[in-house]
Amino acid sequence: MENQLEPVAGGGLLDRRLFLKRGLVFSAATAVSLQVFAKVKPFDSNLPAWMLKPGEPFSNYGEPSPYEKSTIRWKMENSMAPGNGVSWTPLHDLEGTITPNGLHFERHHNGVPEIDPKRHQLLIHGLVEKPLMFSVDSLLRYPMRSLFCFIECGGNSNAGWRSKPIQTQAGYFHGMASCSEWTGVPLSVLLHEARIKAVGKWLIAEGADAAAMNVSIPLEKALDDCIVAVYQNGERIRPENGYPLRLLVPGWEGVLNVKWLRRLHITTRPSMTRNETSKYTELLPSGKARQFSFFMDAKSLITSPSPGYKMDGSGLYQITGLAWSGRGKISKVEVSADGGNSWAEAQLQEPVLSKCFTRFRIPWQWQGKDIIIMSRAVDETGYQQPSRKMLIAQRGKHGYFHYNAIVSWKVAADGGISHVYA
Amino acid sequence: MYMRNFTLLIFIMMNYAHAETIQGPNLGKPVSSAVVDRWNRDIFPNGEGLPTGAGSAYKGKIIYQQQCLSCHGVDGAGGSADELAGALHSLTDDPPDKVVGNYWPYATTVFDFIRRSMPLHAPGKLSNDEVYAVTAYLLALNGIISEDKIIDNNNLSKIEMPNRDGFINTFKK
Ligand code: HEC
Repeated sequence: MENQLEPVAGGGLLDRRLFLKRGLVFSAATAVSLQVFAKVKPFDSNLPAWMLKPGEPFSNYGEPSPYEKSTIRWKMENSMAPGNGVSWTPLHDLEGTITPNGLHFERHHNGVPEIDPKRHQLLIHGLVEKPLMFSVDSLLRYPMRSLFCFIECGGNSNAGWRSKPIQTQAGYFHGMASCSEWTGVPLSVLLHEARIKAVGKWLIAEGADAAAMNVSIPLEKALDDCIVAVYQNGERIRPENGYPLRLLVPGWEGVLNVKWLRRLHITTRPSMTRNETSKYTELLPSGKARQFSFFMDAKSLITSPSPGYKMDGSGLYQITGLAWSGRGKISKVEVSADGGNSWAEAQLQEPVLSKCFTRFRIPWQWQGKDIIIMSRAVDETGYQQPSRKMLIAQRGKHGYFHYNAIVSWKVAADGGISHVYA
Repeated sequence: MYMRNFTLLIFIMMNYAHAETIQGPNLGKPVSSAVVDRWNRDIFPNGEGLPTGAGSAYKGKIIYQQQCLSCHGVDGAGGSADELAGALHSLTDDPPDKVVGNYWPYATTVFDFIRRSMPLHAPGKLSNDEVYAVTAYLLALNGIISEDKIIDNNNLSKIEMPNRDGFINTFKK
């Protein structure tokens, strides 16, 4: 039992199973000083005020506790057009793997349309035997399935390309990624109903927003695992996430997950839209640019502890974070607490699902000294999250999109946490 | 007993078939080609989908000054929104400058994007001729065509953009 408290890697990382052993935490409490427990004061014998009067009445739609007002999306809007910009999920304030609907990240090109579902339709046309129009109500009658998957903007984490590490909270750096249970109609069912012709190779999807956002998607992906989503975490999709219909393209760039979906055009070739040429392409040092780099490659980051939080003295902590890959399941996450010299395997929270946020955890004995913590993910294809140096060696510094390098936090002796390039 | 096993067998077989293709209730309504044509606004690099119309940079400049300049700046640079022309650096400089003239591979994309998304405060407001004109203006600003050239649905796709071969398709198809 004592062995579990022996560090398994530098910087005080402990065996990932430590927290799993029942009772062990208590014996650990005697072996190491558990600062967190030590600071809890015993309850006063007087009853708290909220036990001495009836509570608030019911509500038709619940809201977070007023004490959680700081758990919000961070918005960055265009000064000339408030509907153009992004908002980030506060990953640093959240636990588990599912993003609450009100905190799902947003990227709007020209605002959130207010769509009347009775007047919204989805057209499938092009290389099909029968062009078909679907009402939203009719789609509700189709057999549905759920996908537990992340959506990540191709531009997520792009501050990582900057020459100096950005100092902001983890979510406001990496939170253009969120994870939900999306439920809807398998796209293959609708495409088969329209009877696609064999020459069809691509599908152009269009949204019903003021940008009429459009992108081209390979048909084989559309037939494989895409859905026309109607529900997000059990309720109808929020307006800012595509109400009433959103195309879900699991594991691929966020921009392909067209919100407010109104039209699917089967073609032999891509349309070369602005969002697959001018944007969402990655310029390489050679002057050439990567195009149609659909997959969101494996990424991980530590969400706690992370910048914005202050360590509460030396002692036992849990390092936790998120890992995901657009190519399948996460197979391993390793954590380092000595700037990358040694690594220990973190515990992955079950269930580990394909193209879905995966929560990792590892116990850690902080000695109260300056230290650098980081995580790296490996997915089931064997792909390993690269170091920043490796990524820049491969892509240069001006790709803007698809930044997935290892993220490092410096924990200073005074308990402050900052972002560093290590 | 026999019946029950038999039903079970059929049920298993049906489930197996369902795993291959899920049967929907077939509620899609057939639509006429006229409806499809009204909805379909996709444009392709070979010019397919371009509506009839024409315009020149001269006309386009006036439209630009009234409808675009407030966000995109004088001569397509220096505004709050994306730089459209006047790159100070090349694609291989540090930092590089990406504008329509040195980055966009197809002129048809310029037309398509402006028609569907711009001007930001009033998308869909410009007529096709006006979109051709302002497209011509942006191409002229970028030195790709002369100011007096008339751009239309026949010649737009034939304009060669300098960065036509600047992209690597990292997906296999
Ligand atoms: C109210 C501000 C505003 C006005 C007016 C405006 N734009 Fe834009 N424009 C933007 C913004 C913001 C974007 C970026 C949109 C996005 O994020 O998808 C943009 C993007 C563009 C792009 C794509 C740039 C790129 O690099 O991908 C083009 C081309 C463009 N605008 C042309 C025009 C034209 C032509 C007009 C006038 C007819 C116009 N814009 C009017 C704000 C504006």
